[in-house]
Amino acid sequence: MDEKFPLVLVIGYGNPGRLDDGLGPALAKTVEERNLPWVHVDISYQLSVEDSHAVSVHDYVVFADAAVSGEDGFHFRELNPEISMSHTSHHLDPASVLGLAHVLFNSNCRGFELGIHGYDFNDFGEKLSTRAEENLESATAFMKRLLDPQKGPLFESAETLITTTS
Amino acid sequence: MVAPVEPRKIVIEPVTRIEGHGKVTILLDEERKVKQARLHIAEFRGFERYVRGRPYWEMPVLVQRLCGICPVSHHLCAAKAMDRVVGVDKLTPTAEKVRRLMHYGQMFQSHALHFFHLCSPDLLFGFDADPAIRNVIGVAKEHPDLAVQGVMMRKFGQEIIRITAGKKIHGTGAIPGGVNNNVSIEDRDFLLKDIEQMLEWARGALKLAKDYSVEHLEAVKTFGSFDSNHMCLVRADGAMDLYHGNLRAIDKDGNKILDQVAPQDYLEHIKEEVKSWSYMKFPFISKLGPEEGWYRVGPLARLNTCDFIDTPEAEAARKEFVLLTDGKPNNYTLAYHWARMIETLHSAEVIQQLLNDPDLQGEDLLLKGDRRPEGIAILEAPRGTLFHHYEVDENDQVQRCNLIVSTTNNNTPMNRAVEAVARDHLQGKEKITEGLLNHVEVAIRAYDPCLSCATHALGQMPLVIELTDSNGQVLDRREKGL
Repeated sequence: MDEKFPLVLVIGYGNPGRLDDGLGPALAKTVEERNLPWVHVDISYQLSVEDSHAVSVHDYVVFADAAVSGEDGFHFRELNPEISMSHTSHHLDPASVLGLAHVLFNSNCRGFELGIHGYDFNDFGEKLSTRAEENLESATAFMKRLLDPQKGPLFESAETLITTTS
Repeated sequence: MVAPVEPRKIVIEPVTRIEGHGKVTILLDEERKVKQARLHIAEFRGFERYVRGRPYWEMPVLVQRLCGICPVSHHLCAAKAMDRVVGVDKLTPTAEKVRRLMHYGQMFQSHALHFFHLCSPDLLFGFDADPAIRNVIGVAKEHPDLAVQGVMMRKFGQEIIRITAGKKIHGTGAIPGGVNNNVSIEDRDFLLKDIEQMLEWARGALKLAKDYSVEHLEAVKTFGSFDSNHMCLVRADGAMDLYHGNLRAIDKDGNKILDQVAPQDYLEHIKEEVKSWSYMKFPFISKLGPEEGWYRVGPLARLNTCDFIDTPEAEAARKEFVLLTDGKPNNYTLAYHWARMIETLHSAEVIQQLLNDPDLQGEDLLLKGDRRPEGIAILEAPRGTLFHHYEVDENDQVQRCNLIVSTTNNNTPMNRAVEAVARDHLQGKEKITEGLLNHVEVAIRAYDPCLSCATHALGQMPLVIELTDSNGQVLDRREKGL
């Protein structure tokens, strides 16, 4: 039954009006369309302090964002709830949101970063580049397997799922 | 005798805990005194071209792409401008109140976020405290009650935005001529259940800001302070009105420079100067010229400029605030924090009034009039006065757009603040410490600027601090990445 599955929050963030910066929201929409009752989806421009409260009432959180560097395709890694300084302002990094959830709300939520490689960020426009579209497709396929409608969330098998997806 | 040293330029890039990318350069002379200090803004100015050719009704949604921090301000200001374009000068009571609820919800959450999570580390731990402690996580560890209040106040404001705008980002609630939804009884009650708690926390935050200012009065008076003009919207009777009104500007002594200037006439009174070293323009009051006509906007300017506030607790707080300077304009940069918390309490009071107003459940949402070729609107955004100006052709396409955003209006004051602090705190120092650099940042943060480029993808926001001499040679460099 769905009720027995742990609760998962997927936060896709970025500015869809800045080309490939919209990768996070685009990924979140594909998850939202699946209507899994144990998966909640939020879409934001940026992560902010109030996200820590939403995170705190879930068992797992996936932060989906565009990545400007690193490997092609996407990367997926578990986050440490870091109690560290953030260098930007109204925006927080995923580890700090997770850290705030732990410190302020005594949460044990586990957090993961899904970074989808983008290439074009330097103009206005609501369109992903061709290579970013391909990476989004791979990341979407991975998330479909990670959030299994029959088995629930499969975070423990994430590494295997990445290998078999790509 | 000490040997002369070459002039040095200190570069802080970007400024931390403000939005977007900024760079501060401080040029020292041969005697290591501050010769010049500037805040450079790498603001992207392409947006006004981007909207050209797009249909006018898209503007309230499209302009939200400008900024991830105050999209609601742009949404509402564009909608107000488009009200003019569709020939509507006065909205239905329901539409006006739904928009006001959205706006005061945005004000409440924005001010709360700034105070609790951006400014409070400086006030609670001191400007020279270890940066490893002097940040939001430090507040969370040492003052968890305050940190939780900040989170929950921000969340409350975001819920108001979700309910009135349809969603938290890229809301569609305000449309040309009105709104597309009222507030249901269920949603109203959802918000009402928390309003007393929000008022209580707003009172507490105001006390914290006021007590800090009073207890550190000498520092507040001198830190980055300077005389200036002040400008904001006021209601016809002189009351503070953050959603709608006419322009008023006063000088450093409180004398009126402009009063009751309709938004449609702004071009007759406000001009913008371009400087080669910054992408951001420098607005000024035309009749005073660029040297004398620059002005402050935002919470401090609004408290100085209005005659009164029409909610009881905020008005009582305003009276206390003006006593500090014997009824004259307050020109202390750090007083922005106290002023901001008076506005936070005011916003909570307005939200409570609106939630108890049955007009929110009205069904009359939209009006139409005779099409006009131009729409101009002004709004008081959290950071200050925001101007939107559009020209629309006979095919309903936007042909020209001019935006003067709040942070642009505060451009000269922020530069003045940086220079004042640099002169007082940096000169003659042998080593550029984190604490010293933070004094510059504290002065800028008081204005809560939004230098948004709204692109923030992983790996794109390093902090670079560079020390160079007059020949451009880098003497020192520190970099921190996200």
